[in-house]
Amino acid sequence: MARAELMDFDQALELFEPVIGLEVHVELNTTTKMFSSAPNPANSAFHGAEPNTLVSPVCLGLPGSLPVVNGDAVRKSISLGLALGCSIAESSRFARKNYFYPDLAKNYQISQYDEPIAFDGELEVEIEGGKTFMIPIERAHMEEDAGKLTHVGGSTGRIQGAEYSLVDYNRAGVPLVEIVTRPIFGAEADAPALAKAYVATIRDIAIALGISEARMERGNLRCDANVSLRPRGQEKLGTRTETKNVNSFRSIERAVRYEIQRQAAILAKGGTITQETRHWHEDTGATSAGRPKSDADDYRYFPEPDLVPVVPSAELIEELRAALPEAPAARRRRLKGEWGFTDLEFQDVANSGLLNEVAETVAAGASPAAARKWWTGELTRLANASERDVVELATPAQVAELAALVDAGTLTDRLARQVLEGVVAGEGSPQQIVDARGLAVVSDDGALIAAIDQALASQPDVLAKIRDGKVQAAGAVIGAVMKAMQGKADAARVRELVLERAAAVE
Amino acid sequence: MSEISAEQVAHLANLARIALTDEEIGHLTTELAQIMHAVEKVSEVATPDVPPTSHPIPMQNVYRDDVVGNTLTAEEALSGAPESDGSRFVVTAILGEEQ
Amino acid sequence: MSDELIRLTAAELGEKLAAGDVSSVEATRAHLDRIAAVDGAVHAFLHVDGERAVETAADIDRRRAAGEALGPLAGVPIAIKDVLVTKGMPSTSGSRILEGWIPPYDATPVTKVRAAGLVPLGKTNMDEFAMGSSTEHSAYGPTHNPWDLDRIPGGSGGGSAASVAAFEAPLALGSDTGGSIRQPAHVTGTVGVKPTYGAVSRYGSIALASSLDQIGPVTRTVLDAALLHDVIAGHDPLDSTSLNMAWPSMAEAVRRADVSGLRIGVITELDGEGFQPGVRQRFHEALELLERNGAEIVEVSAPHFEYSIAAYYLILPAEASSNLAKFDSVRFGLRVTPDGAGTVEQVMAATREAGFGPEVKRRIILGTYALSAGYYDAYYGSAQKVRTLVQRDFDAAFAKVDVLASPTAPTTAFKFGEKLADPVSMYLNDIATIPANLAGVPGISVPTGLAPEDGLPVGIQFLAPAREDARLYNVGGALEQLLVAEWGGPLLGKAPDLTAHELFATEEGAL
Repeated sequence: MARAELMDFDQALELFEPVIGLEVHVELNTTTKMFSSAPNPANSAFHGAEPNTLVSPVCLGLPGSLPVVNGDAVRKSISLGLALGCSIAESSRFARKNYFYPDLAKNYQISQYDEPIAFDGELEVEIEGGKTFMIPIERAHMEEDAGKLTHVGGSTGRIQGAEYSLVDYNRAGVPLVEIVTRPIFGAEADAPALAKAYVATIRDIAIALGISEARMERGNLRCDANVSLRPRGQEKLGTRTETKNVNSFRSIERAVRYEIQRQAAILAKGGTITQETRHWHEDTGATSAGRPKSDADDYRYFPEPDLVPVVPSAELIEELRAALPEAPAARRRRLKGEWGFTDLEFQDVANSGLLNEVAETVAAGASPAAARKWWTGELTRLANASERDVVELATPAQVAELAALVDAGTLTDRLARQVLEGVVAGEGSPQQIVDARGLAVVSDDGALIAAIDQALASQPDVLAKIRDGKVQAAGAVIGAVMKAMQGKADAARVRELVLERAAAVE
Repeated sequence: MSEISAEQVAHLANLARIALTDEEIGHLTTELAQIMHAVEKVSEVATPDVPPTSHPIPMQNVYRDDVVGNTLTAEEALSGAPESDGSRFVVTAILGEEQ
Repeated sequence: MSDELIRLTAAELGEKLAAGDVSSVEATRAHLDRIAAVDGAVHAFLHVDGERAVETAADIDRRRAAGEALGPLAGVPIAIKDVLVTKGMPSTSGSRILEGWIPPYDATPVTKVRAAGLVPLGKTNMDEFAMGSSTEHSAYGPTHNPWDLDRIPGGSGGGSAASVAAFEAPLALGSDTGGSIRQPAHVTGTVGVKPTYGAVSRYGSIALASSLDQIGPVTRTVLDAALLHDVIAGHDPLDSTSLNMAWPSMAEAVRRADVSGLRIGVITELDGEGFQPGVRQRFHEALELLERNGAEIVEVSAPHFEYSIAAYYLILPAEASSNLAKFDSVRFGLRVTPDGAGTVEQVMAATREAGFGPEVKRRIILGTYALSAGYYDAYYGSAQKVRTLVQRDFDAAFAKVDVLASPTAPTTAFKFGEKLADPVSMYLNDIATIPANLAGVPGISVPTGLAPEDGLPVGIQFLAPAREDARLYNVGGALEQLLVAEWGGPLLGKAPDLTAHELFATEEGAL
């Protein structure tokens, strides 16, 4: 596919205002599907099952089969709606979206059309650097996922040039919540970062609510990005494209950035944007034209006669509202205050995705400063060195224990780093490693004094200087003592003793 | 309202995925016009103040517990398939776009 | 012996089986013999599974011998409309597109029938996907009316009605979307009941119009219908529109049938021009008979019923166009590959072109049109409003009377081909039956005699408020008792002897 001409991003921003809209599909992690009692592959217990083994007559759309709503999926959808600041519909209903496609067993999708379960929400999203935006949510509605197609033949397993396709209906009927934003204005150059941060925030919410595995690489979370540009000072919105198949946080940012640059290049030349779906290609980092949107898209929605309205009681809604976890942005504000971090320190933690680890470490008794120091410092270094995920290297409890040992004076920072290596190597808890490796600081003054006396005796000139009040000369003695102690001594204590002994010895 | 063209019928046939012959499209264009003329009668009494009825017996909140029920084996699932590779259904090349 | 067995009502046969006077295997064989003898001429069945039927019967006999407590219909044979899916038995809904498809599961009514110990004989013929009033739209050829083999047996459930009218089965299951149980009963001199919407599970019924479809009994007597109704009704968690309530025994309602003090409303809009004289004559005789026996006859008006057909022929095609989209050559059924292979889109379109008959295509296109952008409000939306108005007419009428009455259909059985050319006049057959489906209320058709002008059977329809199905069995049972007393025997006793066609039938090999 020929790579389109792109305009420099900053130049594009000078000429045009980007307007984005995001559609995020969240696969719920219920035990069974949305309308069928077949196991739900979006629940990790059933992930990766053999093709067409998680199906019932309903999933296959067999003649005579009928859907029945999964009550748990409805409750989880309401919780998500509430977490997005949405109103919950007093009465909501399902509708049939009719179109033919081989992965759609019934050739209609049971979705929601005129009466979604949740609507009119607002979500605060913080991008890297700490800037926050209010994202207007239009609606969140329940629907069912389609099956999976595998295209065989042709070069890349893509649809083009394929000789035939294989259909697996395990995913057919997986419960989805589709979250649709209103057009987002004013993000300007932050638009790509905001798109990424928005989806990341929805992931955080889904995880906090426990309603989805929320793993993008598994398709638990999918994003379609609408992008349009309008010349500076123009009221009317430009023609938008909808980029699909964006399945990593990084590519959301890249795809939006790419579309801004691509559209800007076209518009600057006096060209026009075709309203179409475009496909993101991770490999080339580009989007390619898909099906043009047209009047041919006539989905013939009508109320699903096989299902009855969803009328959640006020009690249920309040019960679910009461159970909501703290909103991600609010939580960040609270933690930053509690920890007394500077903006820079807090971003340091947040951007490295260690917010939960630090919070749990503090909860386990460590000081915020120590928790931040060990996670973003030594542990991150070890992670990079071993190309492992930092959160896999140690547990918050282990880090808290380590910090406690340092505070108690049992370990110096230098010793602590050695202990941490032991923890990472799986040698046990910090205390166990201290014992096993004999890494504890020598706190027996007798042993220290012996070493100091010996050092002073071997350096009479230094001793003289100290006695003449040239206290800084003590450094040479301290160094010698620390060396003799193989570093397992507290330098400050050694210094005190050196001065004492220098005055005392004959 | 009941003016229906052959082009319209051809478009409907495409939406409904039926490869109608030109002759069928011809017949249906006439018949559809007759039938629609007969059924347009509904607009005489369907005034704005009348609420629509989608379900004959009003019901609400019918849910299933989130518990695994009867499922089919892959063999049963594929038993009626015109073509399969033993574990998945086989269809010829797709040129259209995913929705 | 075997001729006696097939002429017993299901209730009588059930008693003889319980008493041990006859075995289920004998009863089943007698009906299989009858099918072999006459179905070549009647063509009520699309599929007969004699071997399995006899096995099932033998199993019931064993269980009975072992002293197991069995229901009143245990061991009684039954025919199943091909709209219901049956595990291990072909289920085509009368369509080419499902030829040879063997479902991996049973419809809930079939499961209940098996659980009650009934013996499925096979699957009965129907208009393709239940679209029609004559079975002429079956992809497998029409069913013939046992009263006159040159005439239609009604539809869509002509096969089920003909099978009981021809004594090929004492009981049958049918489905009623706009009259497909009641109108065939009317033209074949049998009894048919459309229960309240949601009284019988739709799970496993190949959907025509989901908000109108209802499964019900097809029998020769009102008591038999009640006994079968008691077997198949009840809540099903697999059908979200299934009513979760306790039902009274319909059989009890028949046994206690008494119309004294019963207020019967005659729907003026369904008692005038457009109805054949003989149909109206028998209708009014039946009303007078009920009146002489204590019922009160009241005239009621249902001003919006005249819009029912229009609303019905928008709602049904709209829902059907969506329900029938699943027939796409991917997971089951026919696949037709156009010359030069082609894309999956082309294969789907070619399959549906070849697999659907003209009436099905007509209604799919009609329904697609009614739902398409820009027309929804004028067509589907308006039809749903008419539905509200029809319901209000029923509410107003049932505020005055206990049940409503009308002729079941405007005419007696017409000749094959008579109305095929003109869909609109074919659609008018359902004028009296459609309102019940739009409102979800129950209806029954009971034979009232033969039209003097052509000697063909006609029926009366009673309608009751939703959930009051028992009222239908009360009034229907009472009327049947009075009429049979007048006639000195069941109406079907007057039906022609079909065994004249035996030779022809055996040539056909009776499937």
